[in-house]
Amino acid sequence: MQELLQYLFSGMTNGAVYAVIALGFSMLYNSTDLINFAHGEFVMLGALCMVSLTAGAGIALVPAFFVTVAVVAAAGMLFERLAIRPVRNPQPVVLIIITVGASIFLRGTGMLIWGKDAHSIPPFLDIAPIDIAGARLLAQSVWILVIVTALTAGLHLFYKKTLTGKAMTACAVNKKGAWIVGIPFKWMVLLAFGLSTGLGAVAGASIAPITMSSYDMGTILGLKGFCGAMLGGLGSLWGAILGGFLLGILEAMGVGFVSSGFKDATAFLLLLLVLYVRPQGILGTAEVKRF
Amino acid sequence: MLRIRNLKCFYGRIMAVKGVSLSVNAGEIICLIGANGAGKTTLLSAVCGLLADWTGQIDFEKKSVKGMEPPALVRAGISLVPEGRQIFAPLSVFDNLKLGAYTMYKKKAHAAVEEDMESVMELFPILRQRRRQLAGTLSGGEQQMLAIARALMARPRLLLLDEPSMGLAPMVVEKILEVISLLRSRGLTIVLVEQNALAALDVSDRGYVFETGAVVLQGEAGELLADKDVKRAYLGKDYGDFYDAG
Repeated sequence: MQELLQYLFSGMTNGAVYAVIALGFSMLYNSTDLINFAHGEFVMLGALCMVSLTAGAGIALVPAFFVTVAVVAAAGMLFERLAIRPVRNPQPVVLIIITVGASIFLRGTGMLIWGKDAHSIPPFLDIAPIDIAGARLLAQSVWILVIVTALTAGLHLFYKKTLTGKAMTACAVNKKGAWIVGIPFKWMVLLAFGLSTGLGAVAGASIAPITMSSYDMGTILGLKGFCGAMLGGLGSLWGAILGGFLLGILEAMGVGFVSSGFKDATAFLLLLLVLYVRPQGILGTAEVKRF
Repeated sequence: MLRIRNLKCFYGRIMAVKGVSLSVNAGEIICLIGANGAGKTTLLSAVCGLLADWTGQIDFEKKSVKGMEPPALVRAGISLVPEGRQIFAPLSVFDNLKLGAYTMYKKKAHAAVEEDMESVMELFPILRQRRRQLAGTLSGGEQQMLAIARALMARPRLLLLDEPSMGLAPMVVEKILEVISLLRSRGLTIVLVEQNALAALDVSDRGYVFETGAVVLQGEAGELLADKDVKRAYLGKDYGDFYDAG
């Protein structure tokens, strides 16, 4: 029992991180119909930026967190402006290959700036792990869960209640329709990139204290987030949350009860299973287009 | 209000509109009729900014629209009710209308939006009943009404309607044409593209007949309705009928 609870806790922590990354994938897909395979690299940028700002420049955690998110979101918007918007023939396949190229570029840049070593920083709040029925829950995990909840609620309100959020949905469902009613969709795409990469930065900055951050951490995190988004249903916010947590928890159970070698395999086995049984994901409603 | 001179529109290397000139005066209903592929929709796309690849001159209120994109033209006062409606299916009717007023919100004209919301729901009472429903669940006629209402939310001075009667029951078509006449009586200028020439000419002041990218005939709506060629080609009179009568 205690063992199960412990796996559940560690799974929830990882799952929350996957959920935030999946949210980034899902919301970008929601607004632009695009999968950004460089998303994981923005998570890496978030983590390493956080490391530099706190451990390097000695800035307090809270301001460093917000600066990190802002910087990475700005980088995401720059990426859209320089690499996505100028594309003459913006077919999904072309754009996806561009994002793959960008991920390689960002990884290289990360290596040049931060080197090949792994970095880590102290947790947001230095409290001893919480003891629940013999299993230990890290304070940082609680932080991550709080952040995920707040982000999801915020995004939900943004899409359902604000004009900009609705305009973004409109651009995603009918670009031509949105354009002719006067919604500047180029600006919406830029904004979507900013929000999505900002979410990536939140994920990166939140895990910086509980993991070793290095220039190549983005690839696997990006893939896990992508699996989470697919699992829950691409384009669905709640699906991304559900998929992320499900993936994290199943992964932890796989590690605990089967073998630690199964950690990364779990994600991809699940992805294959989902693509085979229910391609639209658990909460996905719209049919998923094939690129 | 709208003046087009020697307009040529291109899709890649294909010229879809081959040198069209026409003018629309304030307060008029102008209808463009002609068979599929005659270039009517292309012309509207050029006027509302969707199509950028054209030469010639398009002036709206004496200013050239060259290089302007749809959002800028919506702000300038041109709204399009596109072919196939292009509503936002997963959003509610109410949200569709709000997004129609996107440029108004950006002008901080919130009070005007409230007013317009009330007036379009008066125009189409069914939209008030269905305002919480998702737009995709509406019937074809209701979707067309929503598309028109959405375009009106931007407070256009020139409304372009592309085939509003397509695929709709005759009663619904009648209702929509009624609304078009009503809008004109309130001072809106309207360009109507139609394949249903009889119904369109009925509510229009003047008309232009398109054939393979060029205007082949123009005149008062009444004249066009009486014209033998128009009758033969677009009003669906068959040859026998036509010769017996004439």
